[in-house]
Amino acid sequence: MNRVLTLLTTAALTALPTVAMAAGVAADDIKKQATNFPAIIMFVIFVGITLGITYWAARRTKSAAAFYTAGGGITGGQNGLAIAGDYMSAASFLGITGLVYGSGYDGLIFSVGWLVGWPIVTFLVAEQLRNLGKFTFADVASFRFAQTPIRTLAACGSLVTVAFYLIAQMVGAGKLIQILFGLPYLWAVIIVGVLMIVYVTFGGMTATTWVQIIKAVLLLGGATFMALMVLIKFGFSPEALFKAAVDIHPKKVAIMGPGSLITDPISAISLGMALMFGTAGLPHILMRFFTVKDAKAARKSVFYATGFIGYFYILTFIMGFGAIALIAGNTANPAENPFLDQALVAAGKDAIAAIKGGSNMAVMHLANAVGGEYFLGFIAAIAFATILAVVSGLALAGASAISHDLYASVFKHGKAAEADEMRVSKIASVALGFLAVGLGIAFENQNVAYMVGLAFAIAASCNFPVLLMSVFWKGMTTRGAFIGGFLGLISAVTLVVTGPTVWVKVLGNAAALQPYDNVAIFSMPIAFIGIWLFSLLDNSARAAEDKAGFEAQYIRCQTGIGAAGAASH
Amino acid sequence: MSTDIIINKVRSNPKFAELVHKRNSLAFSLTIAVLVLYFGFILLVGYAKGFLATPIGSNLMTFGVPIGIGVIVGAFVLTGIYVRKANAEFDTLTAQIVEETK
Repeated sequence: MNRVLTLLTTAALTALPTVAMAAGVAADDIKKQATNFPAIIMFVIFVGITLGITYWAARRTKSAAAFYTAGGGITGGQNGLAIAGDYMSAASFLGITGLVYGSGYDGLIFSVGWLVGWPIVTFLVAEQLRNLGKFTFADVASFRFAQTPIRTLAACGSLVTVAFYLIAQMVGAGKLIQILFGLPYLWAVIIVGVLMIVYVTFGGMTATTWVQIIKAVLLLGGATFMALMVLIKFGFSPEALFKAAVDIHPKKVAIMGPGSLITDPISAISLGMALMFGTAGLPHILMRFFTVKDAKAARKSVFYATGFIGYFYILTFIMGFGAIALIAGNTANPAENPFLDQALVAAGKDAIAAIKGGSNMAVMHLANAVGGEYFLGFIAAIAFATILAVVSGLALAGASAISHDLYASVFKHGKAAEADEMRVSKIASVALGFLAVGLGIAFENQNVAYMVGLAFAIAASCNFPVLLMSVFWKGMTTRGAFIGGFLGLISAVTLVVTGPTVWVKVLGNAAALQPYDNVAIFSMPIAFIGIWLFSLLDNSARAAEDKAGFEAQYIRCQTGIGAAGAASH
Repeated sequence: MSTDIIINKVRSNPKFAELVHKRNSLAFSLTIAVLVLYFGFILLVGYAKGFLATPIGSNLMTFGVPIGIGVIVGAFVLTGIYVRKANAEFDTLTAQIVEETK
């Protein structure tokens, strides 16, 4: 049973930026897999329910507003869960727990970074988006500017972010389902692509949101159960849990403090910036603020989401320590421990390093240890549902950028008929599904772990600066936003490509052109300074128009006057 | 009503200035608070690893654990402060401005 899920680890690796790259994946482990029936049955039930929802949603998805925003009919609480669902990826669940398992306290440092973007979203972005936008964040970023250049920029920022995120998720999902079903990778990736196309094309935002809500509830429930079981075993005493973990872990008491995750402060701050501000620039997250009826519901939904996500991250810390104590320390003699790879134990590896499938499997083994085989099946099905839900959200955000921003606004100059725009959005969803399958196949044997990190860096260096400055700085002009935004986008991509991970490990060059993998500390200022400088130097007639439009935008942004009818709710 | 008239009405309403001032100063000060909280934590991780790894009393629990969890809880609480204030005060002001603009 345990060996069946070996490569769940890959799913986590692909979704976890930076830290996961150190770990290796034993690709040979997946060649021959036994069939995991509990996991398959639970996954099939999940798919059945979500397809039912999609059928129900499809009948309500007749207008563009219904497709992009579920007609604005999602409540603050529901949206809070959906946002949490979008954000609690396999990376958080498998990756962070695995990080706690391997290094203890370092996992908590990572969790903190993933959470602190949410207050920023609440304070600076959520209500502004709701008041100014209709379907995509480009609506807000281009509100008072020349449509063609700014929509093009925002759509590029969205699509590049979505593409990198999508590749990482597809490869992870492919490997995951391959283990669960014993199917070839190709089939696995196609199943994910097809389900994603069905959810998005037929059910639009309504189906995508409910898939996300169901998965978030299951994930929070499953994690709560595991953390509770761990705490019960240790009499609700953190000291007893820590003692058991410290006794068994080869790093001993060092797991109670910061370890090797953060080596130099520049990288630490840079990673922190990407996680913090990237969150406020992810197109599939930003889209969620258009699904609620007003600014009040928007802010409420981020508050709930922050609570759910923060709670979840605290659970990952407990689960990680629980896994050290109950998995690595399952038996006094490592040679009798069913959760360890006995070949590695025989080779002299310690109990932490010898875990079957690598440290990212820790939470799956823990599920088996505290809840038995059926609970393991349940958690495995959730892990896969997590990836499927995130992939659907990404596809919807990508399809919206193509149909609403590129087709309707750039290509048709805002004169597209709604029916045509809908048709394009559905064609785009199908095309993105095919593209995702193609990319999943192309990147099967590539190291894709850096791609989520890159997606966050791009979101923080292109989408976020343009969005923030357009809302708060009167002086920004079309030219400034266009040049600054593209500078941020290009510098983030260029710096990541020339850094140690991609340049050396992926492309096989001898030495990196620059020493940093975490680049937001450089690319974010480049974007902001670029926007500021090129706006300042811009004396065109368009620039005067841009600045003159600020006041009307600002009044709507602050009061919501004029926003109510914008999404035809 | 034309857009220009609405803009003029809202702009000349002293409550609009009050709303913008109050909301922006709260949002920006809370943003700074989160930045200080988080990057303060990251700087501790970068430069004061020893402090975070110091046990509290004779326990295994180190200062780092409550501090790390505290940053998560703190971020949630700061979000809550904003939402509470916005629900009570800013929404009332906004509703009044909208009403007086009609």
